[in-house]
Amino acid sequence: MTTATDPATGFPALKALMARMIGDEKHTGAATSTLETLWVLYEKVLRVDPSWVEERDRFFLSKGHGPMAYYAVLAAKGFFPADELDRFGRFRSPLGLHPDRLLVPGVEISSGSLGHGLPLAVGTALGLRIRGLSGPGDPSVWVLLGDAELDEGSNHEAIAFAGRAGFGQLNVVVIDNASASHGWPGGIEKRFAVEGWATARADGRDLAALGAAFTEDHPDRPRVVVAEVEQQLPTH
Amino acid sequence: MPGLMRKRFVDVTAELIDAHPRLAVLTADLTAKAFDGVRARHPDRVVNVGIREQLLISMAGGLALAGVRPIAHSFAPFLVERPFEQIKLDLNHQGVGAVLVSAGGSYDIANSGRSHQSPGDVALLATLPDWTIQVPGHTDEAEAQLRAAAVTDDLVYLRLSNRSNTRAYVGAEEGFTTLRTGKRGVVLVVGPLADNVLAATDGLDVTVLYATRIRPFDNRTLRAAASGQDDLAIVLVEPYLAGTSVAEVTTALRGLRHRVLGLGVGREELRHYGSTRQHDIAHGLDAAGLRRSIANFLEE
Repeated sequence: MTTATDPATGFPALKALMARMIGDEKHTGAATSTLETLWVLYEKVLRVDPSWVEERDRFFLSKGHGPMAYYAVLAAKGFFPADELDRFGRFRSPLGLHPDRLLVPGVEISSGSLGHGLPLAVGTALGLRIRGLSGPGDPSVWVLLGDAELDEGSNHEAIAFAGRAGFGQLNVVVIDNASASHGWPGGIEKRFAVEGWATARADGRDLAALGAAFTEDHPDRPRVVVAEVEQQLPTH
Repeated sequence: MPGLMRKRFVDVTAELIDAHPRLAVLTADLTAKAFDGVRARHPDRVVNVGIREQLLISMAGGLALAGVRPIAHSFAPFLVERPFEQIKLDLNHQGVGAVLVSAGGSYDIANSGRSHQSPGDVALLATLPDWTIQVPGHTDEAEAQLRAAAVTDDLVYLRLSNRSNTRAYVGAEEGFTTLRTGKRGVVLVVGPLADNVLAATDGLDVTVLYATRIRPFDNRTLRAAASGQDDLAIVLVEPYLAGTSVAEVTTALRGLRHRVLGLGVGREELRHYGSTRQHDIAHGLDAAGLRRSIANFLEE
């Protein structure tokens, strides 16, 4: 579990931290859509802290655009000084418009191009299994996707394989702000369910509902939680 | 399963998987059945993902992030060209390594047509930093390169072929090996075209260098070979896209007046099926074609 929350760095403080990142950010809607999910994960679910031990949970931000909420949460949790946020996007800043794992403490994968986080996570889930770290109490792997990101076919290669392989330590959160150009008739969950995943849907702005959805047990198969938020206007 | 190199790859990989508990091999259906025996022993480390080549590369990246050494295998067009963004982002950009082992070369599977041919794979990978690109010309060379790659954390591309030179050259997996010395130029041949080049240059007063590792490029050996030449004419013979390594030659010989001819597979799509031998002739990579090109260049 993450470290205890200081009032100055709790959820109410996140928007102030995000406000420190100004400039060329083009994905403000995308950034705020993930805020509650990221906070609940880092506050209630993920067993990660700046000591970065081998047995930590893994969180992969696949939806790498709009990382302001991610950086704000990492700063709030002590992965790097909050003052770094003021240099967001600058040439010598580690904090870019898409996160780089080699530059930012606490970032597990470099992302930006869509459709990479989940396939990478499937490999990491297999790797943890190979290393004997896939039993009860062993690290979980979490991936955050967007509903439009699911347009990328690479996700569906990963969804199919992960379901058949029964990666119980694999968890996906899809932020659903109805931004997929052609939608997902019948709901996003159906694409996962048909491949054997456990599925759930929660209000993506409700901290308690997200917490409950993220902590349900699913030992023998991967699980997706669709976190529904308000529709975003196109940013591209 | 055609190809001695691919069979050796399967046998040696199985042995390595038995020996190294953090080594895994991923396939995308092609060659998967040949791994049945070792998969039965190590089902979590010998995994066939199905015909999902993007996943193949991304999973290799994810395995490496978890501290497992991945080997990923398919035919060259499906291993390198189709999932190239995954190679760029899920291996290079994540800062992790993998061994990519291709089969089929440029046109080993000539009668399957363009979809199964990949003359541009080496040029494409060479646009990315940090790759060691191995192009063995013999099964024994491929085995040595595979064994070395399996126990590092580096980015290694091992380009297997169905064709082979009549003999292996010991030590060729590191730098260029001198096969013949002469004074009127240097011919650098890569991988399985060595026999053709030796036949093509028979009686010519040229140095012949042999490479099975083309990246990093062995600047030192080429420069040393060039230094003793009366005419600094360099002919590069590569079993993939012609000219792929010409810029490397220019870098190696910076400050020395020289001229370069890059021979290899032509850029134009050859809309023919048939055999590897017929494609060799069409691209001028048979011994007679190489002789004409090399001799003409030396006379220019």
